Amino acid sequence: MDMARALRSITLRRLAIATVLVMGAGYGLAFLYAPEDADQGFIQKIFYLHVPLAIVALVGFIVAGLLAIQHLRTGDSKWDARSYVSIHLSVIFGVGVLLTGAIWAKGSWGVWWEWREPTLVSFLIVFLLYATYYPLRYAIEDRDRQARYASVFAITAGAFVPLNFAAVRAAQPLVHPRTFSDAGGLPGSMLLAFLVCLAGMALLWVTLVRFELTSKRASGDLKRIRRALGGGDGPPSPARSIAPVATSAMSQMRAEGRR
Amino acid sequence: MIPLAIENSDRYVGGAYLVFLLLLLIYVAIMAAKLQRVQRDLGSLAELAERPSREGADRDVGQIRDREQEIQAVRQGDRG
Repeated sequence: MDMARALRSITLRRLAIATVLVMGAGYGLAFLYAPEDADQGFIQKIFYLHVPLAIVALVGFIVAGLLAIQHLRTGDSKWDARSYVSIHLSVIFGVGVLLTGAIWAKGSWGVWWEWREPTLVSFLIVFLLYATYYPLRYAIEDRDRQARYASVFAITAGAFVPLNFAAVRAAQPLVHPRTFSDAGGLPGSMLLAFLVCLAGMALLWVTLVRFELTSKRASGDLKRIRRALGGGDGPPSPARSIAPVATSAMSQMRAEGRR
Repeated sequence: MIPLAIENSDRYVGGAYLVFLLLLLIYVAIMAAKLQRVQRDLGSLAELAERPSREGADRDVGQIRDREQEIQAVRQGDRG
C-alpha cells in the first residue's frame, strides 16, 4: 500500500482525535514533566507553543510550494487547492507565532517587538510576503490563470523560506535564542516535551488542512449539483472566487463551459 | 543588550496560550459559519430536487381527474 493511499484512508475524525491526544500529551508533558528553565523560569513554557507553531508554519509554506509544483506539472486543480489551503493555514499559524512571540518578548525582554533582532524581522518579512498571496490571487479573474500565477508565487516564496532561515542562522543574534544551535542545548525531558508538542502542532495543521479541503469540496459539489438541477448560481463572482474549489467537480464544470 | 524584565511570568504564559486558543476558536467559528451556509444550500437543493417530482405528481392527479370526468360524461351519454 503506497503512502498516499495510506494517508487518504485516515479519516478526518481519526486525525482530529489523534491531534487532541498528542497535543494533550505534549502540553501535559510541557507543564507537568519538563522542568522549568533555569535562566528564564516559568515564562519559557511559551517555547512549547511558539516554536512548534513557527516550525509548522514555515514547513507549511514549503509544503505549499511543493504542492504548487505538482499543480504546474499536472494541471490538476486539486493540487492548487491543496497549496492554497496550506498557505492559508500557515498564515493563520504565522499570526499565532507573531502574537505569542510578542507576548514572550514582552515577558522576557520587556518589549513587544525588537526591530534589531533578525529572527523576528525575518519572520515578519516571510509573513508579509505570504499576506500578499491573497490580493495577488483574487486580483485575477480567470480561474486557470489565477491558479497558475498563485502556484508560481507559492513556489518562489516557498524557496525563499529556507533561504531566509539559513540567512537568519548565519546572522548575529541580538537577543533571540537559537533553538537547537548548541549541542545538548535542551535537556532530555524538555526535548521530549517539545517533540511531542511539535508532533501535536503538525497534526493540528494537517487536520485543519483536511477539514478546510473537505469543506471546499462540499461547496464545490453543491454548486455542481445546483447547476445540474437547473438552480443556477450564476457565474462565479471574481471577488468571492473562493479560489480553488478543489474538486473534480469544478474542473468538470469548467470543461463543460468550454464545450 | 536589552535588560531582562522577567516578571509576572504566569500572566504572560497564560496570555500566550489564551491567544492561541482564541485564534483557533475564531478559525473554527468562521469554518462553522461556512458549514452553515453549505447546510442551507443543501436544504434549498433538496427542495429544488423535490419540486419536479411534486409537480409531476400534481400533473398526474389532474390527468386522472380529467379522465374520470371524461368516463362519467361517456356514461351519462350512454344512459341518455
